[in-house]
Amino acid sequence: MFKKILSLSLALLMVLGCLAAFASCKGTTKRLGESAELLPRKTITSEVTVPADFKIGLITLHDENSTYDKNFIDAFKATATAMGIPAENAIIKTGINEDESCYQAAQDLVAKGCNIIFADSFGHEDYMIQAARENPSVQFCHATGTKAHTEGLSNYQNAFAAIYEGRYLAGIVAGMKLNEMIESGKITAEQAVMGYVGAFTYAEVVSGLTSFYLGAKSVCPSVTMKVRYTGSWYNPTLEQEAAVALIENDKCVLISQHADSLGAPNACQKAGVPNVSYNGSTYSAGKDTWLVSSAINWAPYFQYIIEQTVKGEDIATDWTGTIANNSVVLSGLNQDVVAKGTKEAIEAAIAQFKAGTLKVFATNTFTKDGVAVTTYTVENQEVISDGAFNESDFRSAPYFDIKIDGIEYKNTRFKDENS
Amino acid sequence: MNKEQQFAATPEKKQHVQWIHITKRDNISFQKGLLIRAIAILAALVVCAIITVVFTGSNPISVYGTMFKGAFGKGRFLVTIHNLSILLCISLAVTPAFRMRFWNIGAEGQALIGGLATAIVMFNLHSKAPLWVLIPLMLISALVAGAIWGVIPAIFKAFWKTNETLFTLMMNYVAIQLVEYFLKIADKNGSNSVGPYLLGDGIPNLFGVQYLFNILVVVVLTGLLYVYLKYSKHGYEISVVGESENTARYVGINVKKVIIRTMILSGLLCGLTGFLIVGGASHAISSNSVGGQGFTAIMVSWLGKFNPLYMILTALLIVFMGRGADEISTIFGLTKSFSDIITGIILFFIIGCEFFIRYQIHFNHRKKMTEEKEEA
Repeated sequence: MFKKILSLSLALLMVLGCLAAFASCKGTTKRLGESAELLPRKTITSEVTVPADFKIGLITLHDENSTYDKNFIDAFKATATAMGIPAENAIIKTGINEDESCYQAAQDLVAKGCNIIFADSFGHEDYMIQAARENPSVQFCHATGTKAHTEGLSNYQNAFAAIYEGRYLAGIVAGMKLNEMIESGKITAEQAVMGYVGAFTYAEVVSGLTSFYLGAKSVCPSVTMKVRYTGSWYNPTLEQEAAVALIENDKCVLISQHADSLGAPNACQKAGVPNVSYNGSTYSAGKDTWLVSSAINWAPYFQYIIEQTVKGEDIATDWTGTIANNSVVLSGLNQDVVAKGTKEAIEAAIAQFKAGTLKVFATNTFTKDGVAVTTYTVENQEVISDGAFNESDFRSAPYFDIKIDGIEYKNTRFKDENS
Repeated sequence: MNKEQQFAATPEKKQHVQWIHITKRDNISFQKGLLIRAIAILAALVVCAIITVVFTGSNPISVYGTMFKGAFGKGRFLVTIHNLSILLCISLAVTPAFRMRFWNIGAEGQALIGGLATAIVMFNLHSKAPLWVLIPLMLISALVAGAIWGVIPAIFKAFWKTNETLFTLMMNYVAIQLVEYFLKIADKNGSNSVGPYLLGDGIPNLFGVQYLFNILVVVVLTGLLYVYLKYSKHGYEISVVGESENTARYVGINVKKVIIRTMILSGLLCGLTGFLIVGGASHAISSNSVGGQGFTAIMVSWLGKFNPLYMILTALLIVFMGRGADEISTIFGLTKSFSDIITGIILFFIIGCEFFIRYQIHFNHRKKMTEEKEEA
């Protein structure tokens, strides 16, 4: 009997304890959460009527578990639905490796009657070209590729977006956060070190991380950045490890990334370090740390290639999406974490981008080895003119690969040089 | 060995009633074996249909139709036959070793290193040498590389009795790392794979038909290997060593020599597979070029009872499943993981049915049991 009373009273105590704990939780400040999107994805409307037998195929490297591929798949489905293409005519092939299987997937989509075939990964390019050569009546479009302008095929095109503009905006958010930390005495101006988890040493990644850095530097002049590569587009463990190394070894106080898993955002949430993500909001993974995220919206491009093909008109060999045509989008801000005045600063910068007065890679904003860069050639073309590096100009894929001052690369060949 | 070897629990303290007991079969008639396998495939298809219906909501007949079209439909047949050739080729490669009871699970690495050797030759010479020089060079370097990868574990096994399973397995990882290293050298920008732009176009299409070269090579190889294993002295020696090394020694077979010679052959054929994959099909190399087929080959070889002709059927079954399931996931808008699930289920049934072929299950009827008890 005594035991029974004891256990009952203990249980009661526990329940009361829980209630008390919950009550104290309620007492803390309420989260403001994520604001409305700063550069939202517009609703897709088209005046072109797509024929009933029109088919479009999409080849992706991974499936929806990778944020990069999900971004394509979602835009693809949304565009198809909005333009009245039934699901069975918008065929998706996921998990296609960057080898001959891409060629086979493309051939298979041709056999299924696709009018346009789109592939999303850099390494797919050679195999898309191979398939394009053999099927001149089908349009082949490839994101992030570099060879369309030299290949001279009428049915093979490259596309990319001026995501460096989006990253620059995200950089401003980061810079303002650093300023807030400096002002509150949390860090000194010299301790404003950002960390960046990169996938590969491609120009695409260098261009992105440099624009992010320049965005931050435009508001926080003392900022520096350290970069660690993982050697993989999607590897949660490696990305998490890189983020932890940046935080603990390199004393970074803010982390951003160009890799496709939640590895880095999760590590930041655990360590309580502010984080800028990519490919879309990761608010749910970092309610106390996530700041903002930029992404490419592929829907305008999908709409463009469908409309051009239906109308029988040519598709641009190199197409670069911008803020103006809604290809570069920015999530909402995490209002619990961002610094005061961030929203206004971003809106001002967006207005400048739209007016064409703001150049991300203006040559007076960066130096290499202490000197300003005034001339630079890519594929035998001069790419600096009128005081700015003209990114994504003669071809859509990024080619800014200058290693500017203020950014330290901790590893270059995916191997940790410090260990 | 006791023919009626019992696997069920034997009575100890309490008198347990045995409802089921399992005995090993000595021999099973060909028809009965076939029947069991047919039932297994049927059961697998039923389970797959249930799962597909749950996920897609379509009727199972159309699902099977899609599966069949996926393997043999328009624009897919040739690729299916080519996939079959490659899987068969690497399965043939492991077979001589398996018949010798040498568990070579390093086919993946041996084929990959063959592919790497092919890629290195293509990378360095594709723009410099004419095809009639380039192709033999690719072939020879692939064969040599595969043979070296195969013979290293064989030498250690023959002379120092190392465990060949672990050794060959570990050699796979060395091959993967070497490929990664090559990728870094060949493509300075860093890439997951190095393709035709850096390697050139490799073996041209025969008579304008893609993959025909690869398919013909494997057809010839299947015939040759069948004859080699069944009718040649070497083939007989392999079987004897596999049955018992002591017997082999007693009849005067040099066991060490047979082990090393057979593994050279096995590695050589794996190297050939790598040559066909890189030179004859993808014209690209990545650490995933062989794509796990070196491991699937083990299953193909086992299920085909180490007989090259049966292996055509088992390889076809596996390729058919893969292609069919791939089509289902495309048509019904599922991710690629779905095709892995389907293939997994079917393999589970097929491998599971081998149990029923080797062992017999006896059900003891309640009535009979009680009668026996009364008698006692």
